[in-house]
Amino acid sequence: MSRRVMLVEDEPNITEAIRFLLIRDGWEVETHADGTDAVEVISSAKPDLVILDVMLPGKSGMEILTDLRARDDLKGLPVLMLTARGQSRDRDMAEKAGVSRFMTKPFSNSEVLTAVRDLHAQATQT
Amino acid sequence: MASLNVLVLVCLGYVALLFLVAFAADRLAATGRSTWLRSPLVYTLSLSIYCTAWTFYGAVGYAARSGLEFVTIYVGPTLVMIGWWWGLRKLVRVGRSQRVTSIADLISSRYGKSNTLAICVTILAVISVTPYIALQLQSITLSFSIFAEADPNNSYNEIASVFWVAAGLAVFAILFGTRNLDANERHHGVVTAVAIEAVVKLVALLAVGIFVVWGVAGGVGQTMARIDASEIGQWNIDRGRWATITFLAAAAFVCLPRMFQVMVVENDDERHLRTAAWAFPLYLLLMSLFVVPIAVVGLDLMPEGANPDLFVLTVPLSQGQQGLAMLSFLGGFSSATSMVIVAAMALSTMVSNHIVMPIWLSSRGTGASVSGDVRSIVLLSRRVSIAAIMALGYFYYRLSGGGAALAAIGLIAFAGIAQILPALVGGLFWRGATRTGALAGLTVGFVLWLYTLLLPGIGGEAMPANVMASGPFGLSWLRPQALFGIDGLDPMVHSVMWSLSLNAAAFCVVSLFGFPSPIERLQAAQFVNVFEHSAGPRGWVGSVAQSEDLMIMSQRILGAREAQVFFHAEAQRQGARGYLPEPTPKFLERLERELAGSVGAATAHAMIGQIVGGSSVSVEDLLAVADESAQLLEYSSRLEAKSDELGRTAHQLREANEKLTQISLQKDNFLSQVSHELRTPMTSIRAFSEILRDTEGLEPEEQTRYATIIHDEALRLTRLLDDLLDLSVLENGQVNLNMGEGLLTEVLDRAVSTAMTGASRDMRILRHVSDERIPVHSDLDRLTQVFINLIANARKYCDANTPELSIRVHEVGGKVVVDMVDNGSGIPRDSRKLVFEKFARVSAERAGGAGLGLAICREIMQRLGGDITYLNGHQGAAFRVSFPSGYQLAAQ
Repeated sequence: MSRRVMLVEDEPNITEAIRFLLIRDGWEVETHADGTDAVEVISSAKPDLVILDVMLPGKSGMEILTDLRARDDLKGLPVLMLTARGQSRDRDMAEKAGVSRFMTKPFSNSEVLTAVRDLHAQATQT
Repeated sequence: MASLNVLVLVCLGYVALLFLVAFAADRLAATGRSTWLRSPLVYTLSLSIYCTAWTFYGAVGYAARSGLEFVTIYVGPTLVMIGWWWGLRKLVRVGRSQRVTSIADLISSRYGKSNTLAICVTILAVISVTPYIALQLQSITLSFSIFAEADPNNSYNEIASVFWVAAGLAVFAILFGTRNLDANERHHGVVTAVAIEAVVKLVALLAVGIFVVWGVAGGVGQTMARIDASEIGQWNIDRGRWATITFLAAAAFVCLPRMFQVMVVENDDERHLRTAAWAFPLYLLLMSLFVVPIAVVGLDLMPEGANPDLFVLTVPLSQGQQGLAMLSFLGGFSSATSMVIVAAMALSTMVSNHIVMPIWLSSRGTGASVSGDVRSIVLLSRRVSIAAIMALGYFYYRLSGGGAALAAIGLIAFAGIAQILPALVGGLFWRGATRTGALAGLTVGFVLWLYTLLLPGIGGEAMPANVMASGPFGLSWLRPQALFGIDGLDPMVHSVMWSLSLNAAAFCVVSLFGFPSPIERLQAAQFVNVFEHSAGPRGWVGSVAQSEDLMIMSQRILGAREAQVFFHAEAQRQGARGYLPEPTPKFLERLERELAGSVGAATAHAMIGQIVGGSSVSVEDLLAVADESAQLLEYSSRLEAKSDELGRTAHQLREANEKLTQISLQKDNFLSQVSHELRTPMTSIRAFSEILRDTEGLEPEEQTRYATIIHDEALRLTRLLDDLLDLSVLENGQVNLNMGEGLLTEVLDRAVSTAMTGASRDMRILRHVSDERIPVHSDLDRLTQVFINLIANARKYCDANTPELSIRVHEVGGKVVVDMVDNGSGIPRDSRKLVFEKFARVSAERAGGAGLGLAICREIMQRLGGDITYLNGHQGAAFRVSFPSGYQLAAQ
């Protein structure tokens, strides 16, 4: 079974770090740095899991999440959200929008890996 | 022969009697048991002050000189009384309903409460009546002198006696005319004394007449024979003079201040006029009955050159009739004193009300209300006015020398006072009459009367002989007694014709061409239609219907429950059942007070007056109502202003609140932004340091690369913190400017070299160094910082293939302007305002900055007294930096 992760993040250094971690853990990683067409990219790539930044150029992570959840084919896609604006308001909004897991930057690498593994396992079990 | 001393004693005794009568009448009036004082008889007798010493003595003299012409003096008032009693009734009704105090007050009231008019009428009256008062004084002294001539111990001083007589009359007038301030200006004491004097003078004249006819001439037949033989008996009538004088007498009867006083002001009941309409002509008839016989017999009896004005005295004296002569003297004395007293009273009311009080009130500045203080001032001014009027009469007597015949002075006064007639009659019957019309008519008439009659009458200095003969400045058509070339007329007829006709013409024409003011129109209606506006003389009659009306009105004002409670209580107080008490005066008074609490005193009075109908609603009432409404309006407008103010305050508070909310939101956003900007590099640092720590077998290149990222991100964090601190310091205004001097070109050199070091992309910088040699006094380091920022931004964001930055410098009006324009695609129009905001990043790509650069630039430029703006109208990104070039910095 496939272990493909789509990483939507505009900060190149963070993208590189997460990519490094996931590849070392045996994941296929695709990256995308713009919010504007993120939904289409995800839709066509059909990853098993999405890691989504909140502050993206063009379209915010919140909007992308809402759009994903509105589509039948992407409703159940596990989404791990990362944000640098560590405010509880953002967590509430994300949970309302249907986020699978919400993490605040800076994160510990092991946490991210654990979260990705857990979400993937949950998704494949159901 | 009676000595002068006896005469003086008799006079004093008589005056003392009058004092007693007046005093008793006042007391009686005060206790309210004065029904006989208010009888038509007393009213009629009081009207007899028309018959002054002029009539008493002068009629005989007049007859002796001019034959039957004297009759005109009696015919005029008789015609008015009989033929125009309805007009008089209207006058009396208007006077009572408007509560006028004098003829000046009436005229002013009719023409919109114009005090100017009142002053005109007052002055006219004073000037006309002063000679008349002098005339009375003269008659008294003349009669004294008759007795003095016969007195062996002759110590008679004419001037002194005039003075004492004038002083005595002034005291009497002051004592009884100004004892108290009656709202209605009624003086029962004076009126009663005048009535007594009327009886005395009638009895005296009749006694002399009877003596002459039966005691001297020897019966009616003999007398008639004598008359027929005399010239006097001839009816040689000068029609112009007869008509003129009859008319003048009629006019004077209505217009004279003293006549107005007794006829209108002192009138208690207008029904008295009905009695007076026949009784007063009868009185006049009796007064005139023996004039001709006395004159004829006097001319026969007395030596040539004897003053015919004094026949009434001298004929009895010559026949040895001391007692009769004394009675006759008292008759003349009565005529003179009653006239002087009432005239002085009436004039003093006018002078005081229309001249003295307005001056006093305006000199006080603030509008004084009618308090006890003001009452005493009014009384004082009345008293001073009386004294002044008497003094005027006295001085006129001294100046004129007392020579002219009595009748002549009287006629001059009549002609003067008749000038009021057009305004008066017009005011009563013509709604179109206006204030300016009345003023014009009065002025024209007054001036013409002065010029054609009074001044020529005084003669001497007042009217030089050459003016009389050939007109002023030689203009013969302006000769006082032959105006416009109309010559050969009797001076009296001439003057009356011109003055009254031009007066009336001016009055009508000006009235027709003017528009009455609203209050004039209101007053015109009140005057002209007085019988529709005011109730009859009976006073209000209470009825249950009125109580109902009052109840309905009160319910509207007080509220249904309160009104019912009040009416019920009142009914119970009267011992009646139910809710409708009798509208007794006491009840009405209480109701008025109750209503006044809600709607104001004047309104309450007017409302009750309207329903009960006892007193008509006068214009004063309406004006007072208007005043109250104006006050209410003022209160409500004040409330409105207050509520506006509160509204504004609320609005301001709302705005402040919104501003605070906005600031709080901005602060949240800012913190959120700061959080993001700090956490992002930290995330990289943490992630890569964990990778370096936890990952085994990393390639050396990888290790180096990840360490470099950590290092760069740490630098980015430092820069961010530096920027934040810088901005915070700048925004709080705690920055210390390090002022220095240098050339702008040096500043730009430094900025360019700093911004371009280590640049990955090259960019051409276009400069015109020759323009840049501008000496600058500023914080050069800060200025450099701004330029570095702008150049670095251009370097980072300019998207042209061969990026260029053009730096242009010029100096305008003491300001240095530096424009930096690159050749990229510029900043989108709607983002141009945002670029100076914190954390604003326009382009999608990251360029390593946190978006604080331009915000910091803006703060710096503001500190330096300059500005940084986006420069529209360029293809590429264009910024303009401007700041004061010289040594005057904005005081920051």
